[in-house]
Parts: sequence; C-alpha cells; structure tokens
Amino acid sequence: MHDLINYITSYFGSNLTPGAAGNFFWATVYILLVFVGLSIAVIAMNWLERKILAHMQVRLGPMRVGPHGLLQPIADAIKLLLKEDIIPAEADQLVFWIAPFIVVLAAFTVFVVVPFGPTSAITDMNIGILFMLGVSSLSVLGIVTAGWASNSHYPLIGALRSSAQMVSYEVAMGLAVVSAILMTSLHGLGFYGVAASGDTGTLSMIEIVNAQMEQQTWFIFKFFPLGLIAFTIFAIAMVAETNRAPFDLPEAESELTAGFHTEYSGFRWSLFFLAEYSAMIAVSSIAVTLWLGGWLRPFPNALAGRTWDVIFSFFPGLTFLALGAITFYNVARMPRHPLFRIQTMGLAGFGAVLGLIGVVLLIPEISSHVQNVFWFSAKVAAFMYLYIWYRGTFPRYRFDQLMKVGWKVLLPTGLVLLILTAGVGMRDEIWDLLQRVTHS
Amino acid sequence: MNPIVAQNPPVATPFFFYLLAAAMIIGGILVITRKNAVHSALALITALLAQAGLYLMLYAPFVAAVQILLYAGGIMVLFLFVIMLISIERTMKERQFNSQWLIGIVAAAALGGLFITVFTKGKSLFPDGHFTYAESGNTQAVADLLYGPHTGMYMFSFEIASLLLLVAIIGAVVMAKKRI
Amino acid sequence: MTDPRTLSPLDLDTPDKTYLDANELVINMGPQHPATHGVLRVILRLDGEKVLGLECVIGYLHRGVEKIAENRTYTMFNPYVDRMDYVAAVSNGLGYCEAVEKLLSVEAPPRAQYIRVILTELNRIASHQLWLGTHALDIGAITPLFYTFRDREEILKIFEKYCGARLTTHAFRIGGLQYEAYDGFEKDVRNFVKFVRPKIDEYEELLTTNRIWLERTKGVGVISGKDCIALGVTGPVLRASGVKWDLRKAQPYANYKNFDFEIPVGLNGDTYDRYIVRMQEFRQSLRIIEQAVEGIPEGPIMAKVPKVMKPPVGEIYHSIEAPKGELGYFIVSDGSTQPYRVRVRPPSFVNLQALDLMCRNQLVADVIAVIGTLDIVLGEVDR
Repeated sequence: MHDLINYITSYFGSNLTPGAAGNFFWATVYILLVFVGLSIAVIAMNWLERKILAHMQVRLGPMRVGPHGLLQPIADAIKLLLKEDIIPAEADQLVFWIAPFIVVLAAFTVFVVVPFGPTSAITDMNIGILFMLGVSSLSVLGIVTAGWASNSHYPLIGALRSSAQMVSYEVAMGLAVVSAILMTSLHGLGFYGVAASGDTGTLSMIEIVNAQMEQQTWFIFKFFPLGLIAFTIFAIAMVAETNRAPFDLPEAESELTAGFHTEYSGFRWSLFFLAEYSAMIAVSSIAVTLWLGGWLRPFPNALAGRTWDVIFSFFPGLTFLALGAITFYNVARMPRHPLFRIQTMGLAGFGAVLGLIGVVLLIPEISSHVQNVFWFSAKVAAFMYLYIWYRGTFPRYRFDQLMKVGWKVLLPTGLVLLILTAGVGMRDEIWDLLQRVTHS
Repeated sequence: MNPIVAQNPPVATPFFFYLLAAAMIIGGILVITRKNAVHSALALITALLAQAGLYLMLYAPFVAAVQILLYAGGIMVLFLFVIMLISIERTMKERQFNSQWLIGIVAAAALGGLFITVFTKGKSLFPDGHFTYAESGNTQAVADLLYGPHTGMYMFSFEIASLLLLVAIIGAVVMAKKRI
Repeated sequence: MTDPRTLSPLDLDTPDKTYLDANELVINMGPQHPATHGVLRVILRLDGEKVLGLECVIGYLHRGVEKIAENRTYTMFNPYVDRMDYVAAVSNGLGYCEAVEKLLSVEAPPRAQYIRVILTELNRIASHQLWLGTHALDIGAITPLFYTFRDREEILKIFEKYCGARLTTHAFRIGGLQYEAYDGFEKDVRNFVKFVRPKIDEYEELLTTNRIWLERTKGVGVISGKDCIALGVTGPVLRASGVKWDLRKAQPYANYKNFDFEIPVGLNGDTYDRYIVRMQEFRQSLRIIEQAVEGIPEGPIMAKVPKVMKPPVGEIYHSIEAPKGELGYFIVSDGSTQPYRVRVRPPSFVNLQALDLMCRNQLVADVIAVIGTLDIVLGEVDR
C-alpha cells in the first residue's frame, strides 16, 4: 500500500509526461481526463456549432431543450443511444459492426501525444507527429469499410470519395508538416526568430513547441512568409482530411444523402459523429502545436517576466467570468413568465457554474497549472470556430475540383515550400559551398 | 536518456511479443483463407499493425510509425479501394487454392527447415552482443544511417529503391489505363 | 436520331467489359432524395463519377389535374391550377384566368390588371428566391436558403393579407379579381421593394464572386440556344443561352406592355449564366412592381362575366411567362359549363427534357446542380 502511494506521489514535481516517466497510474488518469475532456468538448461543439451556424443564418437554433437549447446535445445523445440498431440485411455484418470502432479508435488514439502543456500530455514520443499522422490516417480505413459493408450504392460512392480525398490530402498535409519539422532545427532569420540551439530537429510534439519557445517565434511567422504558406496548406488540407465543408463530399447531403454512413443509425452513427468531431479537434491540435506555439501564451519572450506572467495567468479565469457574465445577461433577457421559471433558473445555475470556475481559475496556484491547457484549448477553439464559419459560408467543391486543388495546387506549393524552407534554413552552408566551388 | 525509464524496464515484454506474434499469425492465416477479399484485407491490416507493434518492441518507433503510416494507412487503403469494386458474388465462386501441391510442400518444408535451423542453432549463427537501444534518438539514427556524412552508406541504394518504385508506379498506370 | 434504346441508361452490356471493369454502376436518385426537389426519380448510369446517361422517371406526384378540369366548371377549376406549380401559384392562376377570359372574349379592367401584375411579379420573386435557396443548398451553400426564406416571408405576408392564403393563393378570378386590394396594400408593396433590394445584393455577395460557386457553376450543364429551342425549353434557361425570348415582351399579356423593363440575357448557357439571369430578373421584377404600384388606376376590379360561364365552342391557347418559363393553357370548349379538355404546357415538364442533354459527361455533383438550375417543381411536372 505504502509502495503504491509512493509510486503515485513519486510523479509529483516531475517535469516529464506520465508516459515518458513510465508512471502507469498517472498515465491512466491522464487518459481518462483526455477522454472525458474530449467527450465534453464534442458535446459542447455540437451545441456551439448549431447555435453559431443558426445565428449566421438568422435563426435561433435549438431553443427548446433547456435554456437556449443547452441540454440539446444530451437529449440527442439519449435519443441516439435508445434508437433501434439497424443493420441492413444485405450488409456485411462483421465489417459493418467493426467500421465505426476503427474510426473512433483512430480518432481518440491520436490524443496520446497531443501536448496540452509541457507535462500535460499522456506521453511524449520521439515520433510524436508521425504517430499522429499515422494513426489518423487509419480512420480512412473505417470509412472505406463502412461504405463497403453497407452494400449500397450511395455509401459506396461516399467511401470511394472519402478514401481518395483523404489519401490525396494526406500528401499535401505531410509536406506542410515536414516543412514545420525542418524549422525545428534550422536557424532563424532576422526578426523572425533566433538561431536554434541544437543541431538536430525533432518529431516530438512537446519538443516542437519547446523549439518555438527557444527560437522565440511561432513557426507560422518563421521564414516569413514560408511558415505562413505551410500553415495555410495545412489549414486547407486539414479541412479536407476531416471531411468538413467545403470539402464534405463524402457526406454531401444533396448528392449522396449521407455518404458513407447513410445506412448507419443510432449508436453506430453517433460513433461516426464522435469520431468526426474528435478528428477535427485532433488536426486542429496538430496545427496549433506545429505553427501556433502549442500551449505557449502570447508573447512568452517579448513580454517575459513576473508581471506579465501574472497578467496572463488571469486570462483563463477572466474568460470564464466573461462567459458567466454573458450567461447572466441572457438570464436577464429570459421571458418573465411562470413557464420559463425553471429554464431561467437553469440558465442562472449554468452561469453560476461558469463564474465559479472563473473564480477558481483566478487562484494563482491553480491558474499556473491550468494556463497551458487554457491557451492550447483557446487556440484549438479558434480553429473549431473556423470550421463552423466555413460551413456557413462556402458552397461545396466538386470531386474533380477537390482533386485539382489537392494535387495541382497544394502539392506543388508544398514541394516548392519544402525546398525553399530547407534552402533558407541552410543558407550559410549553401553560401559556403558556393564559395568553395567558385574558389576551386 | 532519463533515469526513470532506465529504472522501469519495459514490462511484460514476452507477453506483448506473444500477443502481437499471435495476432500477426492469425491475421496472416486469415488473409489467405478468407474468400471475401475485403475480409482478407482487414486481416492483413491487423497483421501489419501487429508488426508495427513488434517494431515498437524492438525500440524502432520510427519504423513502426512509418509502417502504420504507409502500409496500414496508405497502401491498404488503395488495396481496399480496388477490392471494394470487385463483385463479391463472383469472387465467392472462384476457386481459392490452386492445385500445385508439390511445389507448395517443398517451399513450406524449406522455409520450415530454415526456421528450425535458426531456432536450434541461432546462438552460434549470430554474434553474441547486447543491443543498445536508442528509443529517444531512433529517428535521428535512421536518418544518420541513410544520409549521415560518415555513416550514410545506404543513401545510394535507398535512392535507387525509390526510383524503382517510381518506375513501378508509372508501369502500373500504363498497363492499367485503357486510354491515357 | 439514334435509336432511343441505345441511349437508355439501363443498357449496361458494353462489349469491353472485363472482370475488374465493375466501375460502371446504375444509381437510383430519388424519388426520395434530398436534392431532387420533390419526388423526381433519376436513374443515373455512372462510370465512376461521370454520368454516361440518365433517365427521368416522373409521375410520383400525378394528381390528374387536367382530367379533373373536365369534370369541373371553369370557375370551379380555378383553384386547382394553384396546386401545379405551388411555389408560383399566382402565375398559374393568371395564366388560367387569362386563357378563359380570352375564350369568353372579356378583358379584366385596368385596375385588376395592375394588381395582377404586382402580385404575379411578387410571386416571381418568391419563386426565384425559393429557387436560389434550394439551388445554393444543393451546391452546398446552406446559408442563402435561410436568407431567401426570411425575405420570401414578406411576400407571403402580403399574399396572406390580400387573400388569406400564403401559398395556394387563388388570388384571381375569371374576369378580374374577387377582392379589392386591402388598405395599405400599396404601402406594403413599396416597403417590400425597399426592403428586398439590399437583400438581393446580400445574396449576390455570398455567391456571385465566390470562387467555389464559380467553379461549381461555370461551364456546368451547358445548353445552346438552338438546343433549347429544339427541346422547347423556355424561361430563364432559354434566356441564359442567349435567346432574348420573354413572353412579357414577345406577346404582351396582362398589361406588361405598359411597363418599362429589360430582358436579362446570358451568353454561355451554363449554370452560372442562369444564376445571373435570375438574379437580374429579381431586379427587373422589382422595377415592374415599382412602376405598377405607382400607376394603379381607380376603377372596378371585375369585368362583366356571366355567373354561369358557357364559353362559345372553340379552342384557345394562351401562355404567360411564369417564373420557370412558358406556362400555357390549351382549353377546348364544347359550349357547356365545363371545359371539354384542358391541357397545360408546364414549363418545368418541358425544361426537364433538357436534363439528359445537359448532364451527359458531367459528374454526379453536376446533375444536382443542373436539376437545381432548371428550377423544376414536381407538382407541375406530374400535374
């Protein structure tokens, strides 16, 4: 017993992730935390997407289940779980059954290496980014098998489209990622970053963020505009990779009814839904880690020092307080009618919880621990908003146009970018070489 | 690299080895016995993932990641892409094994003999030595071996192999496409 | 002409089919499909994503409107026509009433004519708004749908105030109007024109220069003016192919000759041009409404029409420019109170003929875009 407690407490004060430290207890705790956090994020995202999209489209969105439809995702989840589980008679039972699990498994496994903070990750792998790309590329298998197993034309076409799309965009995505990885080892240029301390680059997600800290620049600004272009390529490819508008052809509602998951219903369908949203969060996490400084707060170098640390540590608490304030503003706007009393009280309770979280986060001891996670989540949330914004704004690409964008625009740009990044990074060596050639 | 890893040697290594090996063998058997090509492909994916796990156990995370990324995530998707379009009803009726028993037995016996020899005489065949694993620097080690200034002895063969693959791709396109 | 059987999308046995050549497949799109605008069923023969041919199967919404006419008096049949193109019910009513008026040799009084024009043009805008919303939705832009429905609501409110119904209005009677325009009708219409003009710019802002929209619509579903005329395609589809043909100008009915407006014409006959033409028609309709609402004369709203209508023996064909194209009524009278035969020339039905021609060798996604751009209403196709 004593050993066990020792084992558990031995991790405190460690500057390693539980996985790297080999502490199985804390690794399990972190896995559970990430799983729960992710599920909450998906539920919140469900509600937010409906609300934001609705407000973009001059509607109100869900308003009936709970105040401002806050309980709508829960109602939906219950509905999906209680639905009859239908497997078409002609479907390939086994594959039909497995497919959603492949997708969910791939989408969630990715989060093993996502660094929410310098130590707030399940583990830190030497091959972190490769692991993420590899595992997330497995989800296409689930989609393909789902479409095939349904034994129906629309799902099959949806599956064909999505596999072609995901495989194509993975290439462009990979090139953009490689250029970011190159930046971990290459010297900065002028204002945009200082020299890298070590000679070797890294694939570890945590080390990539640390490299941005050391080089005093987010990689989006490094070798301007090369980093920005790489980021743009990734930002486009990641939308295609997650099958979201305007690249949502595999599930193009107006063409293929629902694409690869047409025949799915109830719980299995909800697994696809869960996987889609967690995949969105996963790719956004990659983008944030590689280009937007991961968990780093804004200006960690330029505005360094005790005062700035304290000021920035207020942000998490203040954000929640602001959310609470908005909630209370809406409480005040609720209709004064006996029928709305419970709803008003519920909304007030929700606002109180938000405010309470805000107050708790203002405590310095807690905020210093949560800060990193907050900044990371805030950056990811910006991407989530972009996803919704795209969906409200853009028409859908046609399949050949999608392929054209992937292969004829993004891929060549990515290749040239890679060469340029390497060239700019190795400019001294190249200069030396040129001089030696001309002298001899 | 860090003391904690050194203190905690990887647990249950034989257990994981046998688990992964069993998954691989079962997957491999399923690949050749399933009549439904998609089931075969899924079994192959299982085998490939188990293989990636074995690579991980050999402290070669880079190779494992590439295995997942390229084989399981890339090539198998293309496999499935093609297989999906084949009419299942027709493949179910096809005869699955050909009748060249003699050659099959000879090949199996040769392979089995090789395995048995290695298993019984392995100690004397292979040099004794301790494997020093460099999990933290695996990627860098691979890169050094391929392209490093002093140790990069495989660069030429590596590039040749990639060129060969390119030729194969173009050949496949030329052969498969009815009209280009 | 080639043998129609060789054109059938169901004819699958191509000589060079091999074991692996299973990428040709036949897909049933509809009758229950999110993008076939009702119950259109399209049988597509695909090579991968490319459309080799298609066949429309219609009749799922057949209600025998034309047959019903033979068992109803002229007046009794009037509400039935609203159920054909239910998104442009007013235009249907106008066409029918004018046809019977022609048969009876009466003419609606000028005040009635003006109000008819206002309501019909309002209906044209409503119909186009519905088209725009659903068309954009088919192409994947979900937001315009809600914008157009928000603004269409204002038109429906005017209809509701005028005659109590929003969709199947039955606004006109043979010989004029049943109801006088309500108090404040003119003000409502003026306010609407003022309200909707910036909104049309808003729709255009979302789509007209959107790169994805351009790529999805330019060069898609091209049809030449010649083909349009050969197939009898009319309306915005014909005009987008460069043929300046609008019945409001060509054979002025009602009192369209009193109004100053232009016929927007396209160049290439592709989906984008049809979109532009319809967007221009919004503005032209607003122009007509503005002129009409300024010039509504005082006077009676009903011509002298007998209570029991017995048109003289004879036949009449009268067509109007409905939002979707030429809407014609061919009425044969045997001198009794009921028409001997009513034949409707529905624009949607005729325009749908062009679908196969426009979709050949395009992709599946284009079929959706083309169905949207043809602006069909299945109630009118099947009648």
